[in-house]
Amino acid sequence: MRIDAKGKLFDALNAEISEHNGELEIDNCLGQRFIAAGASAKQVVINGVPGNALGAYLAGATIEVNGNAQDAVGDTMNAGKIVVRGNVGDAVGYAMRGGAIYISGNAGYRAGIHMKEYREKKPVIVIGGRAGSFLGEYQAGGIIIVLGLHKDGKPILGNFPCAGMHGGKIFLRGDAQRVVFPRQTTRRAASPSDMYEISSYLAEFCDLFKINVREFSRDDFTVVVPNSSNPYKQMYVAN
Amino acid sequence: MQREGQVRIPSGCAISAMISTTGARMTGETIVKSMIPMHDRSNGLGGGFAGYGIYPEYREFYALHVFFDDPSAQYECEKYLKEGYEIVKSESIPIRKIPEITDVPIIWRYFVAPLASVLSRLQLDEHEFVARTVTKINSQFRGAYVFSSGKNMGAFKAVGFPEDVGRFYRLEEYAGYSWTAHGRYPTNTPGWWGGAHPFALLDYSVVHNGEISSYDANRRFIEMFGYRCTLQTDTEVIAYIADYLLRRQGLTLEELASVIAAPFWSELDASESVESSSRAYLRKVFPSLLLTGPFSIVLGFTGGVMALNDRLKLRSMVTASNRDVHYIASEEAAIRAMDPDARNVYSPAGGEPVIIKVEEGAY
Repeated sequence: MRIDAKGKLFDALNAEISEHNGELEIDNCLGQRFIAAGASAKQVVINGVPGNALGAYLAGATIEVNGNAQDAVGDTMNAGKIVVRGNVGDAVGYAMRGGAIYISGNAGYRAGIHMKEYREKKPVIVIGGRAGSFLGEYQAGGIIIVLGLHKDGKPILGNFPCAGMHGGKIFLRGDAQRVVFPRQTTRRAASPSDMYEISSYLAEFCDLFKINVREFSRDDFTVVVPNSSNPYKQMYVAN
Repeated sequence: MQREGQVRIPSGCAISAMISTTGARMTGETIVKSMIPMHDRSNGLGGGFAGYGIYPEYREFYALHVFFDDPSAQYECEKYLKEGYEIVKSESIPIRKIPEITDVPIIWRYFVAPLASVLSRLQLDEHEFVARTVTKINSQFRGAYVFSSGKNMGAFKAVGFPEDVGRFYRLEEYAGYSWTAHGRYPTNTPGWWGGAHPFALLDYSVVHNGEISSYDANRRFIEMFGYRCTLQTDTEVIAYIADYLLRRQGLTLEELASVIAAPFWSELDASESVESSSRAYLRKVFPSLLLTGPFSIVLGFTGGVMALNDRLKLRSMVTASNRDVHYIASEEAAIRAMDPDARNVYSPAGGEPVIIKVEEGAY
């Protein structure tokens, strides 16, 4: 089923999307917000530029964007998959609680801000290029992988990554020696079990964007984790 | 009617800009289009545009755009203007009457030149004289508000959604080498015509998405130099800061950006370059002009535009280009609405100014 989004307001477009399950393809998308918010049983392909909060509260659906996406992709998403063949704006995966986001290009500021996990619900963001400042800000769970495949010569991360991080893991390709991390985090080379943990995500990334998986070797990856379960103990109150 | 505190207004706002580096003149139709996909970033309480290069036939004269509450306010204001200026043309700004725009004030345009005799008596250059005139009218003349005062440029603003404001002012009938636009979602003040963006003084204009938490500190500092913040709206102070630092202090645009979106001390301490020490110097000299809180702005000026985000990048901003035309907007969708084939889409970092200038002599 194809939907022409040209000239449609976001509420009309989303009403149309929610009426159909199964495969949907949206053409001429231009800034309509909240596309497929809360959707569970559908596969949505978007041609054009979807608006902010694409796939917010996503509950199992699959979204694929042929182009760039704007801010807050996958805001508070619970399950499902979002694939962006391009760049995403700021705050991708904001407070994400499950599912996976794959981005072939770069992410803006605050990717993965306040992601969290609980038992089997473990959200994942894979960023093909570079990420802006405040990557994983207040991260409480889940996995963020930044591959640094961008070619514009800019550093893989902006400033202040992992500020307030107290859970989850960040994987960076490269030694990230020049990146300054807060003292409440620990940086180390990836271990075989770290790599095992992300192998299926790397394989899926390579499959989605047609990249040779053998380009990534274990030696390449740096892992950043909080250095205790309560790194900000007594920062505000004596707890 | 609900009052302050009884209604929660989530912050939004939309900005956009387009500029031809070869000075090619484009009608206002395209910039109006950019506001359509960003409709929900505004709430109908303000929209506006600034066009540069739109009055080539009067390029030597200051174009004053003025709102008047009533004819007596206009009479008093004109009497004052005639004491210092030759008024070469005085006309109402053409509008299209549409149901979306209501409570229309008297909207007038004057093309003026300061009288040489007055300038020499006061020993002022003409820019300073015009700036003082604007400040005086806006702070002391009841029912009169000058909302645009540059040469060969003009701001157009109203209460309404920006795409309606564009139709209201018939912007398709103007052609300029650069345009900026704003859709307003006021957070702290009720919407009124003067409070819409752009805020303009001389040829500087500012459109802004965000909220300046340092507003009062900035206002207290800038009012020491003769400016008067009459609107309680944070964007107004940014326009005056731009005028003060660029025109009166002679700073470059990069230096202006470095003052209002100063780098963190940790960033400055980590570098020993000459550039870092000069930026540290600026931070020390103008600490009261640091803007804190979220903002993305486009500053328009004769021959160019500058886009800038706050250093934490708490608002979105995207740039792109296609041949000689460069685009800036809060959302990529807005750029695609202006030009579906725009390329080089880029998200500037917080505090990283994007400066685009028209080739010298082409404007």
